[in-house]
Amino acid sequence: MVRFESVGLRYGQAAQAEPEVLQDLSFVIPEGGFRWLLGPSGAGKTSLLRLMYLAVRPTRGRLSILGADIERAERRALPGLRRRIGVVFQDFRLLSHLSAYDNVALPLRLAGRPEGQIRADVMEMLRWVGLLDKLAARPAQLSGGEQQRVAIARAVICRPRLLLADEPTGNLDEVQAERLMQLLKEMNRIGTTVVVATHNDAMVARHVARSLRLDHGRLVSA
Amino acid sequence: MARPSRRRRALLRPAGFDELGLRRALSDRMLPFLVAAMAFLAALAFAGAVGAASLAHHWREGAGASLTVQVPHGEAPATGQAGTRLAAVVALLRGTPGIREARALTDDELAELLRPWLGSGVERLSLPLPAVVQVRLADASTELGGLAPRLEAAAPGTLVESHGVWIGRLTALARSLQACAGVALVVVAAVASAVIAVATRAGLAARREAIEIVHGLGATDSYIAARFASRATLLAGAGGLAGAVAALPVLLELASLATPFAGLQPDDATQGGLGVLPPVLWLALPGLPLAAAAIGFLTAQGTVRRWLRRLP
Repeated sequence: MVRFESVGLRYGQAAQAEPEVLQDLSFVIPEGGFRWLLGPSGAGKTSLLRLMYLAVRPTRGRLSILGADIERAERRALPGLRRRIGVVFQDFRLLSHLSAYDNVALPLRLAGRPEGQIRADVMEMLRWVGLLDKLAARPAQLSGGEQQRVAIARAVICRPRLLLADEPTGNLDEVQAERLMQLLKEMNRIGTTVVVATHNDAMVARHVARSLRLDHGRLVSA
Repeated sequence: MARPSRRRRALLRPAGFDELGLRRALSDRMLPFLVAAMAFLAALAFAGAVGAASLAHHWREGAGASLTVQVPHGEAPATGQAGTRLAAVVALLRGTPGIREARALTDDELAELLRPWLGSGVERLSLPLPAVVQVRLADASTELGGLAPRLEAAAPGTLVESHGVWIGRLTALARSLQACAGVALVVVAAVASAVIAVATRAGLAARREAIEIVHGLGATDSYIAARFASRATLLAGAGGLAGAVAALPVLLELASLATPFAGLQPDDATQGGLGVLPPVLWLALPGLPLAAAAIGFLTAQGTVRRWLRRLP
């Protein structure tokens, strides 16, 4: 479950000098829920996702992610929580010196999974995203769409409880985008909470679900 | 499912999986070289400390446990007893508790003793030389407070020359040399630690993005710090090994030069070169790479963990 109660967020050390990028956000996403995150560029979608994948802590308000109160949680408790959250970044955020295989295997290795058990899962995931023939390629050797698919495989390989995606279809063709949506819905069907930030109105229209709409850092509909 | 080729399988997980790209960020060139230089200096400083300790011990146990007694007119009759003054003094010394040996030097030994100052043929100068008795104490710390008055009574004008004063000064000098060597060791260790910390910080800056990605995927501080510490330990250990190997011939040469002061014969140095190095140095030299590796590990761990605190 994800719960926001009057959450505000500012960036920077001189907090009082910076305006809040998110203001008074209050909403609940139940466990196993699916939400589109909508709004114009600069509305605060990425900042909201950053709060959810624990890249920042709220400046005010109460934030609960997967049962943990983030504003009060000890720092050492966060890595375990992060391993239960999968994120597909807009800019992929792949490690450039690692192969596609190693990028996808990384969350499993960080979780301490034995190497012998990793291989089958990674190969299956790469097969699913259609990159089995590119498993040794580094990100620089892959197209934008292929990098996006590696990022998606990395995000879901640990079967996260919360899956966040920031413009996940931006670099995919229609077929791949549809396959991604099927994956996200399948993950959602087996209990994963899914939040997808997008500008793709056609995709939103095809896959009807509740949405969170932001504008100027405020929630205008939930 | 299609099976990847053997070449592709080899690429799956290269030996020493380097998820943070530290093989490039923490270069295997400059850091080991600098640590090797520090290890070399540490070896010399430690050898200096060992040498100074050895000299101090040698002086204390050698000259510090001996006295020289000069008896003017040694062949003259002793006061109030039969025999010569020299015989009376030697007898008195031999009967004194704490004295292991008292022996009058022969004329030849006396001439040999004076040769540096008076040249050869001392016996032809007809100088009124005192008889000299060499005394060995049972222990360097033996106190002989009442000895001088008793000797004076048996042979007026007898002088007791204790070596304690200049031995004390030489020992103090040796201890100050040891202290200097100790300070040098501490400074070398601190500089090595600073060098590793700077290299680690440079590595953190170079791999910031990768660290943030791995951190975001759920890596703990311990996990990330361990990756850096592992690399720094390897590089520092290699540098320490290189420094120790480079120091060995220098230490052997210095030890050969120091053989006269260590109670060894010069032949010992030429016949058994490795044997001239004190055993403690043979233990310390292999310890240098281990110490360098430990400094590398601890410094990298501390530096990375402090840096990671800025992340949420």
